[in-house]
Amino acid sequence: MIVELGHFALVLAFVVAAVQGTLPLAGAHYGVAPLYRLALPAARLQFLLLVLSYAALSAAFLQDDFSVRYIAQHSSAALPTYYKLAAVWGAHEGSLLLWILILGAWTFAVTLFNRGLTEVFLARVLAVMGLVAAGFMLFTLATSNPFERLFPAAAAGRDLNPLLQDPGLTIHPPMLYMGYVGFSVAFAFAVSALLDGRLDGRWARWSRPWVLAAWVFLTIGITLGSWWAYHELGWGGWWFWDPVENASFMPWLVGTALLHSLAVTEKRNAFKGWTVLLAILAFSLSLLGTFLVRSGVLVSVHAFASDPERGVFILLFLVVAVGGSLALYAWRAPRIRSTGVFDFLSRENLLLINNVILLVTMFTILIGTLYPLALDALGLDKISVGAPYFSAVFVPLMLLAALAAGVGPAVQWKRSSPHPLLRRLRAPLAVALVAALVLAAVFGDGVSPGVFIGAAAGSWVLLTTALNLGRRLRRDGPRGGLRSLPLSFYGMSTAHLGLALFIFGVTFSSAYSEEKMVHLQDGQSVELAGYKFVFEGVADREGPNYMSKEGRVGVFRGGEPVAVLHPERRTYRVQSDAMTEAAVDASPLRDLYVAMGEEVEGGRREVRVYYKPLIRWIWLGAMLMALGGVLSASDARYRVARRAVRADSARADGSARAGGAA
Amino acid sequence: MTAALFHAVFLSLAVAGAEPFASAEQERRYYELLKELRCLVCQNQSLSDSAAGLAGDLRDEVRAMVADGKSDREIVDFMTARYGDFVLFRPRFRPATWILWLAPAALLAGGLFWLFRWQVVHRRRSDSEPE
Repeated sequence: MIVELGHFALVLAFVVAAVQGTLPLAGAHYGVAPLYRLALPAARLQFLLLVLSYAALSAAFLQDDFSVRYIAQHSSAALPTYYKLAAVWGAHEGSLLLWILILGAWTFAVTLFNRGLTEVFLARVLAVMGLVAAGFMLFTLATSNPFERLFPAAAAGRDLNPLLQDPGLTIHPPMLYMGYVGFSVAFAFAVSALLDGRLDGRWARWSRPWVLAAWVFLTIGITLGSWWAYHELGWGGWWFWDPVENASFMPWLVGTALLHSLAVTEKRNAFKGWTVLLAILAFSLSLLGTFLVRSGVLVSVHAFASDPERGVFILLFLVVAVGGSLALYAWRAPRIRSTGVFDFLSRENLLLINNVILLVTMFTILIGTLYPLALDALGLDKISVGAPYFSAVFVPLMLLAALAAGVGPAVQWKRSSPHPLLRRLRAPLAVALVAALVLAAVFGDGVSPGVFIGAAAGSWVLLTTALNLGRRLRRDGPRGGLRSLPLSFYGMSTAHLGLALFIFGVTFSSAYSEEKMVHLQDGQSVELAGYKFVFEGVADREGPNYMSKEGRVGVFRGGEPVAVLHPERRTYRVQSDAMTEAAVDASPLRDLYVAMGEEVEGGRREVRVYYKPLIRWIWLGAMLMALGGVLSASDARYRVARRAVRADSARADGSARAGGAA
Repeated sequence: MTAALFHAVFLSLAVAGAEPFASAEQERRYYELLKELRCLVCQNQSLSDSAAGLAGDLRDEVRAMVADGKSDREIVDFMTARYGDFVLFRPRFRPATWILWLAPAALLAGGLFWLFRWQVVHRRRSDSEPE
């Protein structure tokens, strides 16, 4: 019964979303108030229905209702309650429902935080989001219904994929979806602005906190995913350039570009058309990512071709959404006029260069991800494009981005003269080069060029960010100390600092990591990077839905004990896959990482030990970027501005629609 | 035959702390090579990352070849001769992969050129109609 109610709520939500996506658009176009006023209540009702629907599915999971096909396939009675709730999004159907619920939540948020938007504009934004929601609900209901019953009911569930039974992974998908779907707000703002014909600094000021919020979630989501892979996959890697990872990284890159270009649009009223295009692109890539992950095209091009129902639906949806918005852009963009004028050497230009680098990076990853699929689908060739390729092309591009991140904030808006700039950047450049030389020499035997370049880039970003902060404080400080600078400035500085730490982490962990794969008997040991790992044997342990072989590895340095690690080899009862649970002794400067494999002949066990310097800095850096986003989004001007904007837009409403050009 | 021999040697040596390679350099090359080669039965995992049985066998072969003094190039050639280019995570530069290798530089050059063009046009326009 609960299941049917949930199903029915989803159907109703679809109907409401379809209304929300159509009538208000017509109302806005023809100026019929009763029609466009429908958008707001419809959006709220839609969200309420989605919450009901989602709650119903969760309840059925908690009740172990194995007459529901989806639950029978992805849960079991022995699964801990916590994981039962997370199992709702543990596979295709449920993760779509979560996707839709989160879209509903963002839409609901727009209905709450919209002071200053005109009613017509708000109606358009909600309608665009309603159309996206309706598309996804139709997809779910038609091809991937999580509420489908199984007859006869299964006696027991097939359990959740053991890989997903990890705390990191339970929060990773919701965070990631919050980010993915969050870009739909910026998308809806962009499309509405194109429809409306009014595109100005206010539009940018409106979009920016929403973009920041989505970007922060996406950053956290990707970081959690990386952290999970590090712990759970068992081979010490933190990024695999897997197509699924790339699918989340591409919207992030475009979202990052969008943040930077919105800054220009907001402050200088320039790049407006470009910024709108980026907003469309960011969400389009989210949709593309959803298509890649959800259609099964990545698993095998041929499996996709033999069961194309889902893939074709999303592909059509993608074509309509992306094609439609780009066509609208092509039609309306010529009317967008940017007024900000700037010189070659200006903050504007540096931010444009940032955008070019980020987009080139994104397209590079897109080509690398799709090219082997295309070759295979056309029957031309079978090749692999993996981490070595991506690292080879990604690192140089990121070095350019780091260079620009150091110069950009030091350059003035509109016009900068080269001499003071050079004088200002000379010192950090020299110090960064010397510091890199010292770091590279101290850490390795001999200076490796890769480490030198990476350390120089990290030091460069670090120093320029710190100097820039210091200079601004000296200039504005005497009046109000630390508080005199806007939060968004701290946000930018924190995020750039995060970039610097990230670069250090990647450089040093990839250059100086050490690993060994050995077969050990109880009591035997292996030496690595000055540490001695003693394998002290294996004990049996029983988990709620798995059996575990738990190893005990003592780590010593110079005879002194450092840590005792317990790597596990788990066998889940239902799915009977053997899972590796790595054990990590973490510290700011290095991780010691032990993973245990199968037993091999002679009672020995496969043991992998890793020494990974500075690897924590990678996630720390990413978290600082996210924190920077939070600081920027909390900037007072987005709150103060709203009040000012409200007065502003009331005036604009009064003077009717002042032509198309803004 | 030699592979089987090396296999046996490897197993007997791969115990606690024992050094199966002649030098640390060989060992480093071994771990680097594993990251370049694909586990053929896995979904996008390198030989280094995979827990599959085939990956273990191939690891042993690579180990034997490295210990045998074969160069990286010889080992990669041996693997591609057997499994085709699919085994390489870093595609070779050949006509079918030109796009892959040249696209990043071409895109960057195109992007910067576009940026330059855009500014020239933009400046000309704003010169002719001042603010």
